[in-house]
Amino acid sequence: MSLSEFIKTALIALRRNVLRSVLTTLGIIIGVGSVIVMSAIGNGASKQIEAQIASLGTNQLTIFPGSMNVGGRQGGAGSAPPLTEKDMRAIREGVQGITAVAGNMNGSATIVIGNANWVTQVSGSTVEIQDVRDWPVKRGRYFDAIEASTGRKLAVIGSTVARELFGDADPIGTTIRMNNIPFEIIGVLTSKGQAGGRDQDDTVIVPLATARSRLMGRIRVPDEVGQILVKVDDHYDVDEVQADLQRVLRIRRRIGANATDNFAIRNFAEFLATRSATQRTLSLLLASAAAISLIVGGIGIMNIMLVSVTERTREIGLRMAIGARGADILGQFLTEAVLLCLAGGLIGLTLGLGIALGVSSFFDWPVYVSPAIILLAILASAAVGVLFGYVPARRASQLNPIEALRYE
Amino acid sequence: MTAEGAPAKVPVVAAHQLAKTYQLGEQAVHALRDVSFEIQRGEFVAIMGPSGSGKSTLMNLIGALDVPTSGEMRIDGIDIATLSRDELAGLRNHTIGFVFQQFNLLARTTALDNVKLPLTYTMPRPKDPDAIARRCLEQVGLGSRMDHVPSRLSGGQQQRVAIARALVNSPKIILADEPTGALDTATSLEILTLFKNLNAQGMTIIMVTHELDVAAHARRLLRVRDGRLVEDRAMDGRFEEPKS
Repeated sequence: MSLSEFIKTALIALRRNVLRSVLTTLGIIIGVGSVIVMSAIGNGASKQIEAQIASLGTNQLTIFPGSMNVGGRQGGAGSAPPLTEKDMRAIREGVQGITAVAGNMNGSATIVIGNANWVTQVSGSTVEIQDVRDWPVKRGRYFDAIEASTGRKLAVIGSTVARELFGDADPIGTTIRMNNIPFEIIGVLTSKGQAGGRDQDDTVIVPLATARSRLMGRIRVPDEVGQILVKVDDHYDVDEVQADLQRVLRIRRRIGANATDNFAIRNFAEFLATRSATQRTLSLLLASAAAISLIVGGIGIMNIMLVSVTERTREIGLRMAIGARGADILGQFLTEAVLLCLAGGLIGLTLGLGIALGVSSFFDWPVYVSPAIILLAILASAAVGVLFGYVPARRASQLNPIEALRYE
Repeated sequence: MTAEGAPAKVPVVAAHQLAKTYQLGEQAVHALRDVSFEIQRGEFVAIMGPSGSGKSTLMNLIGALDVPTSGEMRIDGIDIATLSRDELAGLRNHTIGFVFQQFNLLARTTALDNVKLPLTYTMPRPKDPDAIARRCLEQVGLGSRMDHVPSRLSGGQQQRVAIARALVNSPKIILADEPTGALDTATSLEILTLFKNLNAQGMTIIMVTHELDVAAHARRLLRVRDGRLVEDRAMDGRFEEPKS
């Protein structure tokens, strides 16, 4: 028999008992449906995290002044000597494979313009911040190195701040007051979106020297920087550069061979990657639950195919009498099982896509269905058909035609 | 294996010292013992015998559904004991047209599709299965009911569909097992007349029955009892009460 004849015969047999066929495939429908929903939600979440990692900069390292261990007592974060511009210089000169080094100090400020005000984060940064964080302006410009070092009162604002204070109006050239000090807005940053639960666009960047003298309260040394941000050259390995950084800073900060670091190097991408690994474990768990329901569905298929073979023993006997070979009977029942599973798989796929879309719009979760998972769902249901249809089909093909013809 | 080089007079069925033994526990049941006969092309043979006589076993051997324990059964010159399961299926497909007591048509399948069924197992595939099936249905007088499903046909019509199905592969033998067993007398007569007409056109027909007046339509009678062939004689359309 040819494949088209197998399919035609199988469709006739399945149509004979529509309700039973649908009920039989319920397990497959639920299995495939849940695989689609789970993977859509899981993939959506990891896509979002990937986007966040990209927005933070995958090759960015941040150095904080670490806690210090004094006489066996662990001091709090920031108890260590602050990072300074001398540390920045040492990094620039001593570490291979970095493209930019920026100093940064974070604080918060209330911006006032007219009778509107907005509390936001203020970063005092050196000009390199735009390279390190890969964060260009969408309007206006950054301050330059001279403006930065002379302490000009200029501000580059994030897109959230711009929207909240100015709406659609152009804020460039406007003067705002931060902690009662006037700043001129010279640029608006492009939007980066959320990362780690924080709106990155809710920020204002001012020159580091200005921030140090005007906005930040307590300065311990005149050239203090809060953190140092380092951008690693794409051609270098981030971990190696990080080790190099550590070595240079230990020398520069005169840390003895047995003493612990009084600074910390953090890799945000790594931090988020850990989170996405957790996510992956979760979706793996859900996928295995789905796989189990596929197996249960397959057993349902096998059960009903065994019933079908018994019910149709006479038909099998007749087919054998008029010339069907073992392979013809095997193929016929295998095709039936595969078609059943494929139909279930397609219904499950449609259902799963519908639910994923519903979840996406109702809970506002990001969902993503990859073409690979659709293909996988179809192949998996066909595989279940072959796997669980084989035993009944083989039993049918090995019937004795004489006994099968006589079967009541 | 085949007898292609042999002269034209190869018997379609040649049984030689045929025996079939079933093992039931420790007891051997001899369903057939030392049965020898030949059936030539164009004969119309009735095989008779009470139940348990071995006639069903004999029919299964003629139909290549089973192989003998010993002795030789040649169908169209081929020794069936030398064939594999699939080769037996192929032989049945090409050489034998089965007609059953219960018709054994596929439900919810049109007469035409039922008749075409054996062709789906034929290799190489015939060019126009529909045309062949239609011609066979016309031959049994059902040209106007090709699209009907079995449930919409009378018993006699269903058996005609089954006969058309048996004819579709131009077999060497029509093997009918109690073909009138489920039909009333008038319809039985129609079916038997159809067999006679087919036989008149040259078709070899072997009919297994336990009814004397059905067997009477054949031209030769083989009588089986207790696993042995006890009678083999020609009949000229007339039926004589057998001596037992």
